[in-house]
Amino acid sequence: MGRTLAEKVWDEHVVREGDGEPSLLYIDLHLIHEVTSPQAFDGLRLAGRTVRRPDLTLATEDHNVPTLDWDKPIADPVSKTQVDTLRRNAEEFGVRLHPLGDVEQGIVHVVGPQLGLTQPGMTIVCGDSHTSTHGAFGAIAFGIGTSEVEHVLATQTLPQAKPKTMAVTVTGSLPEGVTSKDLILTLIAKTGTGGGQGYIVEYRGDAIRELSMEGRMTICNMSIEWGAKAGLIAPDETTFAYIKDKPEAPQGADWDAAVAHWRTLVTDDDATYDAEIVLDASEVTPFVTWGTNPGQGVPLGAAVPAPTEFADADERFAAEKALEYMGLTAGTPMRDVKVDTVFVGSCTNGRIEDLRLAASILEGHQVAADTRLLVVPGSVRVRMQAEAEGLDKVFIEAGAEWRGAGCSMCLGMNPDQLAPGERSASTSNRNFEGRQGKGGRTHLVSVPVAAATAIRGTLSSPADL
Amino acid sequence: MEKFTRHTGVGVPLRRSNVDTDQIIPAVYLKRVTRTGFEDGLFAAWRNDPDFVLNKPEYAAGSVLVAGPDFGTGSSREHAVWALQNYGFKVVLSARFADIFRGNSGKAGLVAGQVDESIIEQLWAHLESNPGAEVTVDLETRTVTAGDIEADFAIDDYTRWRLLEGLDDIGITLGHADAITEFEAGRPAWKPVTQ
Repeated sequence: MGRTLAEKVWDEHVVREGDGEPSLLYIDLHLIHEVTSPQAFDGLRLAGRTVRRPDLTLATEDHNVPTLDWDKPIADPVSKTQVDTLRRNAEEFGVRLHPLGDVEQGIVHVVGPQLGLTQPGMTIVCGDSHTSTHGAFGAIAFGIGTSEVEHVLATQTLPQAKPKTMAVTVTGSLPEGVTSKDLILTLIAKTGTGGGQGYIVEYRGDAIRELSMEGRMTICNMSIEWGAKAGLIAPDETTFAYIKDKPEAPQGADWDAAVAHWRTLVTDDDATYDAEIVLDASEVTPFVTWGTNPGQGVPLGAAVPAPTEFADADERFAAEKALEYMGLTAGTPMRDVKVDTVFVGSCTNGRIEDLRLAASILEGHQVAADTRLLVVPGSVRVRMQAEAEGLDKVFIEAGAEWRGAGCSMCLGMNPDQLAPGERSASTSNRNFEGRQGKGGRTHLVSVPVAAATAIRGTLSSPADL
Repeated sequence: MEKFTRHTGVGVPLRRSNVDTDQIIPAVYLKRVTRTGFEDGLFAAWRNDPDFVLNKPEYAAGSVLVAGPDFGTGSSREHAVWALQNYGFKVVLSARFADIFRGNSGKAGLVAGQVDESIIEQLWAHLESNPGAEVTVDLETRTVTAGDIEADFAIDDYTRWRLLEGLDDIGITLGHADAITEFEAGRPAWKPVTQ
């Protein structure tokens, strides 16, 4: 019987299997950052262990770094200690590091693909749940905890129970102005935050094929937001064209051998999935969240729902809590919701295409008087590319703040945070309570909605301008 | 890792679903480079609320957390598990755990036991009407008992075995070093390297 894409990639990485044991899976690439690695390196030191494959390991600084004054010492002493710890560990264990100030520094999930290190058919892990981003290339990529980081450092493997597989087939084409972010937010609202649990999800269908690599990364990035183990997309010509000539892409005969193999990484016609979902892309509209988990969303044209609309008691209670936290009243049109801060950035929507799209909407407009727009490129390379194209000038002329690369306001770990009660429209991935700063209220949105919202000061799409 | 066979301690009813890891411990508390000291950040946003369950003296010494479904969603931060352990929790019971959280619990030695939602409801009712009541969690028999309630909980066989034996995962895998070396010999030459 045929196999699914996920099964093929999985099978290629099984080092050993034993009765009643999880499979031991080989890891092709281990990405590291400053927040989830210090205790793992400490564990190695305590046990007298080394990093088995420093040549399959890459570190950068992203979660806890400032996006202003990045050429000066980090002002927060606790943050500085954490970043310095990564630098010492990378030095001691021989791991390649792209530190703050380096041209390849940036959000780990932006850096891997832009270096060409993310390739089809790989297994990729990182101590960060949005590692699922790399699945856009046809890789099995997932987030791990610090104990597992230590395990991969020491052994280059992970014991893993084999997940089930699911197909999400997206038929038709996305309407003009609707992005892959709207698509994934729509999907999560349909399935709930636990809908993908236990599955590696393969996104397929015409609407997925039509997406750029960056659009595909946005979808795979948010796989974790509906609980999936990983999300992936079969590689195709779009994938190969993106990787070719990237710094770490295979060259010459290696390229040919690699592409020949990558072409086999498709789900066989006679393969079966454990579950299937079908979505019609043509019905997707700009989508925004109203609540405190990514599944609590509605079309921009809809209103804040009433908790009584939810049949399930847990969901009803969660909706009540969410509305209270978000300071929203049921029945309010989403378009009437006034926003204080707009954040464009993160591993979900901080790549060059996102910045181009934001700039194209902002050009010739001004950010609303009492609204703040923060534009944070996903990496230094993205920042430099944007500046080469003059996008930074568009942002600055519109009244936005143009920052350095990092995770920034996505998780409120560095100084870029919402104040208590402050409301944001954010292109990031999580609207959890306090995610962007204690007491902050987050609406997850696409890049076009973020840009239009910055101009109007209320949740908007470019069609409202 | 410490062996876990059986634990009896004060049960804490947390009537919330979708308790994500940002709620268990917000990002600003993740700057420490140790595995200890995270108890201050546990449920940080809720700790100012006098009605929050852990702020009630009867539950303050709790060690068995009884939570709503989809516990531990979101971030991969193992700090969420450490924060619970640093506070004193040995067990979390829920009808559904996020995968990464459950995995992290198994690695760090926190028992994440899955029980039916109806049992969670019974435990909540029992613990709320008897504040400070104890819950016993037996990993050997995979059972949870409190008052008249007795129910099975689910945890995968391999994690249960490791917790019962207190085994270090890395040590087990290094026992298969030859298999790893053999696998590496067969990897295609075009696979990328970072140096």
